[in-house]
Amino acid sequence: MIHFVLLISRQGKVRLTKWYSPYSQKERSKVIRELGRIILTRAPKLCNFVEWRGYKVVYRRYASLYFCACIDPDDNELEILEIIHHYVEILDRYFGSVCELDLIFNFHKAYYILDEILIAGELQESSKKNVARLVAAQDALVETAKEQTGSTSNMIAQATK
Amino acid sequence: MAGGSSSSSSSFSTAPAPSLVDSLFQRSLDDLIKALRSQPAGAEPSLLSRAVAEIRREIRSPDPDTKAVALQKLTYLSSLHGLDASWAAFHALELLPSPSPLHKRLAYVAASLSFHPSTTDVLPLSTHQLRKDLSPSSPPPFSSLALHLLSLSASPDLALHLAPDLLPLLSPRSSPSSPLRPKAAAAALRTLSVCPDVAPLLFKPLVDCLSSPDLRVVSAAVGAFAELASSGDPTPYLPLAPEFYRVLAESGSNWILIKLLKIFTRLAPLEPRLAARLVDPLCDLLRRSSAQSLVFECVRTVFSGLPDHDRAVRLAVDKVREFLASADDPNLRYLGLRALSMLGPRHSWAVEESREAVIRSLADPDPNIRREALHLIMVMVFDSNVVEISVLLVNYAMKSDPIFANELLDAVLTTCRRNVYELIVDFDWYVSLLGEMARNPHCTRGEEIERQIVDIGLRVRDARPELVRVARGLLIDPALLGNPFLCRILSAAAWVSGEYVEFSRNPLELVEALLQPRTSLLPPLVRAVYIQAVFKVLAFCFSTYIDQLEISQLSSLGNSTTGGASSIVESNTAAAASCIADGIAGMESTDGIATVGPLSENDEVEVHGRARNLLGLIHMLREILTWKTEEQGFIKDNRIGEIVNLLQSMFSEELGPVSVNAQNRVPVPEGLVLEENLADLAWTLTEDDTAPSMSISFSLRSHQHGKTKDAAASSVRSASLLAEHRKRHGLYYLPTEKDETESNDYPRANDPLLPASQGDVPEDLVKLTKQSLIPRKVKHTKPRPVVIKLDEGDGVSTFPSTTVKESKDDLLSGAIHDALLGEGKPSSSQKRYSDKSSRGRVKDIADTGESVSQSKENLESGNREHRSSGSKSKHRGHGKERHRSPQKNEEKEEKNHRNSARSSHHHERHKHRPRGEALLNVAPRAPVIQHFLL
Repeated sequence: MIHFVLLISRQGKVRLTKWYSPYSQKERSKVIRELGRIILTRAPKLCNFVEWRGYKVVYRRYASLYFCACIDPDDNELEILEIIHHYVEILDRYFGSVCELDLIFNFHKAYYILDEILIAGELQESSKKNVARLVAAQDALVETAKEQTGSTSNMIAQATK
Repeated sequence: MAGGSSSSSSSFSTAPAPSLVDSLFQRSLDDLIKALRSQPAGAEPSLLSRAVAEIRREIRSPDPDTKAVALQKLTYLSSLHGLDASWAAFHALELLPSPSPLHKRLAYVAASLSFHPSTTDVLPLSTHQLRKDLSPSSPPPFSSLALHLLSLSASPDLALHLAPDLLPLLSPRSSPSSPLRPKAAAAALRTLSVCPDVAPLLFKPLVDCLSSPDLRVVSAAVGAFAELASSGDPTPYLPLAPEFYRVLAESGSNWILIKLLKIFTRLAPLEPRLAARLVDPLCDLLRRSSAQSLVFECVRTVFSGLPDHDRAVRLAVDKVREFLASADDPNLRYLGLRALSMLGPRHSWAVEESREAVIRSLADPDPNIRREALHLIMVMVFDSNVVEISVLLVNYAMKSDPIFANELLDAVLTTCRRNVYELIVDFDWYVSLLGEMARNPHCTRGEEIERQIVDIGLRVRDARPELVRVARGLLIDPALLGNPFLCRILSAAAWVSGEYVEFSRNPLELVEALLQPRTSLLPPLVRAVYIQAVFKVLAFCFSTYIDQLEISQLSSLGNSTTGGASSIVESNTAAAASCIADGIAGMESTDGIATVGPLSENDEVEVHGRARNLLGLIHMLREILTWKTEEQGFIKDNRIGEIVNLLQSMFSEELGPVSVNAQNRVPVPEGLVLEENLADLAWTLTEDDTAPSMSISFSLRSHQHGKTKDAAASSVRSASLLAEHRKRHGLYYLPTEKDETESNDYPRANDPLLPASQGDVPEDLVKLTKQSLIPRKVKHTKPRPVVIKLDEGDGVSTFPSTTVKESKDDLLSGAIHDALLGEGKPSSSQKRYSDKSSRGRVKDIADTGESVSQSKENLESGNREHRSSGSKSKHRGHGKERHRSPQKNEEKEEKNHRNSARSSHHHERHKHRPRGEALLNVAPRAPVIQHFLL
């Protein structure tokens, strides 16, 4: 299973984290520091796998972002690479040629999309179309809710003026 | 707003409710992100702490919007800036029941981030809300959120409570293409792995998922079984093999196939007939599939699951060769090497076939590939090729980059050391190899080399002359002295040449080397070793000189006192001996004192003390030499005899390796009361202190001797105690008949010999001799020397067996085993159970407070376990918990009973316990595994 997914920029800034195994906040920060050091220093055109604390970390760089996933030693590295690519393609489709800035300002969206792809560290949806449909449906649901709350807060704002 | 923050933070404790103004002018997440981005580099921490203070205030707002935005900001800060969010668990919980999908989603994300299964104490409070969101009547997106949270932060307790609520989602009756069923399968997996008690409930629906027409459901179920089978004992899943086989035949999805193969990798070794049936489909996939991930999984399945099926292995090995040959894809090269190391030494022919590619990988630009190649090569080391491979690697270490060079040296050192040097036949060769390693400019493995040099010196008598030769080479090279990583090796070399100086061809040269000016670069402790070595060498030279004089002058007294003086020196003529004496004279007058003199003022006590000793010896020798010139018959002089004896007795005792348990073998002398207070013995000090220092060692020695004899005679009682101890802990004793000295018969290796002519040093990496990676017989030229080996624990095993996983007979497997065996008849008890549970549920809902206190109790016990398990192996922690839980459940049960006496709500308190117990007690029937198969 996947123990966690990290998105780290080339400058070492964290752009997304998702933990499928229980780690305390302290451990999380430590993991990110360690892996950032290991992965960001690797030259291009090397293999996409690193061993780390008895686990394997599969990473792949897209533009300035490193997508990393930590897996058990007997998991299939190539499969994980495909999952990462799958995620990137869906992000790309959702944001329309995704860039790092999209993820910075839509952190939660990236999070929800990942939740449609992985659950409990396992792939749950391999169809891009389905993921896009589910995410769109959720967005619509939230939009309508937002409009309602938006109007009420407007009302309050009016009233207090 | 920034100005207002200080005033309102002061009111934070007294008036937690923020005003309406606060919520109106709340910073949104976007504002926060923009502020963080526009901040100069150093100001981030202060900005973050201000933001957190703000969030802490806002999060208490009764207005759900304000709370939601605060939670959202906290989620962001926690997951990207590493701020702790666990304190907000309760606030996330507060927002969970919100009817707004926006708030609910934020609340669930915040909860999944701040909840930790073992440390969050409000976790039980979420039970009710999760159950509500999981119910079929709530909108699917809500259920999906609840499933995510359940799969991330399920504690055993939560899992036990909510498992029944997964059933409707898992059943095929839920709308046919619902996205919830695969999610429910994944959540069921997590529930099962944290709480094995729910296996009887969830297992059957999970199995049913395998036959669903929806591929996503099948995929999720197969994934769940793959995870279950690889995290514990796979035996209970063997009865499902026909079902898996059917999916294998029908499914065309690579995602599913990869997971299935993972299951078969674990099942095939258990059942030979299954393995036989798998050969055809696997070969088919290997030939046909264009997806490398699937091909690699097939290769892995074949190598670790079906190593006996030659046809499949052959095909897989061919695929691996293709992987290794792919010049443009480092991933495939890496995985190819990994796959080969799965095959193990039995199929060394496969490695042999790709020998060239493997050896070439040592020079790959990717350090990970190089490491894999090195690992693979080291697995293939046998006593027939250890020389060749070690020489190759050590030579290559000269050329490669510093980090990898040390990895190479490490690999050679640990492999050769394995099991007390069992691979090494020719120790002369190995010792000179150690010398070569020390000369590698990148070498940082000084400590290990030091350890091995001393260790071999102690254990292998026959290797000592060569050791001394190698040590000399290291000591006389002034260039090595400046390297801080080598000083440990030099220290070992100095010790060896002092201790075994009788094998030295030219002790004088050794003294010069040990006292060369650049030794001032060494750390004080190593210098101390150097000076001690000089002392030993001088003492040896002196006594040899005296011996030589005796031999030449009084040839009748050929039986010299120094029986240990080696043949080398004995074969020398008296002229050589006098040369040594002249040398001593010369040395003392010039070099020696010049170098050692200043040392006697050294700050470091060790150096200081030893330099003093050495100077004392030199002064004494100088006197003796002057006696010689005055008077020829000085040998009969008693004083000289005494000095010779003294010097010899100082170093004649040979140091040997000591068994870890040696202490146990010393009988406690009678009259020695170990528990007695030492203060009572203070009077002995005053007497002993007056003893003359010169004779103390002699008198002590003889004294002790007599005493131990006495003690041995009279300590019958302690001996019988010891015998009893030995009987009970025989494991830790050396076999009685075995002596600790040379007579210890070490089992000889099968091929004790190695032709010296074979050691052609391959210049190029790829030029390994043919078939070097497979074991073969070698011709005998000389026998393997005796290696003193004390006990089993002596050799540090570098390859610990990794069978922990296999041997683990965990509760989950047991529970699933039971569930499977009970699967034949759809048990009415299960239906009864779910009814009962739904009834019980109502009560649970009625009294949430009760469930909190009760699960707090469980949390405490869980906590204890978690703290003991290491931080990185959280899973193993779970495994342990699982492993131990049968007794623990009983304990808890007892505890509950005890509590129930005190508590008035006792009926509520262990409502769920008997549930789990009853389920666990499904009577195991006779195994029906075999006839399921084929």
